[in-house]
Amino acid sequence: MKIMLNNRSEIIDGDLFTISQIMVIKSFKFRMLVVRLNDRLIKKEEYETTFVKDGDDLKIIHLVSGG
Amino acid sequence: MPNFNQIKAILSQKTIGIAGAGGLGSNCAASLLRSGVGKLIIADFDTVSEANLNRQFYFHDQIGEIKVNALRENLLRINPFASLQMHAAKVTPENIDFLFSTCDVIVEAFDSASEKEMLINYVLTHLPEKPLVAASGLAGWGRVESLRIIQSGNLYVCGDGESEAGEANPPLAPRVNIVSNLQADTVLEILLKERF
Repeated sequence: MKIMLNNRSEIIDGDLFTISQIMVIKSFKFRMLVVRLNDRLIKKEEYETTFVKDGDDLKIIHLVSGG
Repeated sequence: MPNFNQIKAILSQKTIGIAGAGGLGSNCAASLLRSGVGKLIIADFDTVSEANLNRQFYFHDQIGEIKVNALRENLLRINPFASLQMHAAKVTPENIDFLFSTCDVIVEAFDSASEKEMLINYVLTHLPEKPLVAASGLAGWGRVESLRIIQSGNLYVCGDGESEAGEANPPLAPRVNIVSNLQADTVLEILLKERF
């Protein structure tokens, strides 16, 4: 399937993945994240149960300290 | 293209909330005020320390002062007629509405990642119509090409998303200033896009 991940077009082998699976595949491992699927906020407890499909716009934004 | 008076006529009607008056917030506030933003609401509980002077908009003779008081002094030197509402308070889920619900745009300018997450989650959940300009990833130097803005609906996140500040990777003035000004520029873009 083809999705937009953080404004970049990504092709992932397969049709349906949860957000948790995509985090593993794309090696997102920071603790603090903001996740939005098609501009909707996805809470931590929904990562395992929210599916990403072809054409979706997914943003996985790392929050790191510093300011 | 509009001239500066036309830009100021619009910006002078706007209120911007800034959560945090450290490296991001103090510098972002200065740029927004110079650009002509009408009112700034700024909240921070901290005091100025010597370690802040490598990147924050404070001066040596202000060490020990409450940051929002020192920042008020400095901003009034740029514009003595500025409308500033300063709160010497820690921003928490209990006071975000009280502090920032009248703002046209909110700027997330915290240091710690957990506070960034708290504010972003609160605003996206409880004030979803409010544009929020956050920052993540600005420590160190160089790699300016890695700094960018990710937008998702009303959320904008400026920075490289990975350069975490720490003992071995301190935040330094140039990159912190670049990111705080990416935030300020994003605020202007949001405020001016309907008009020009």
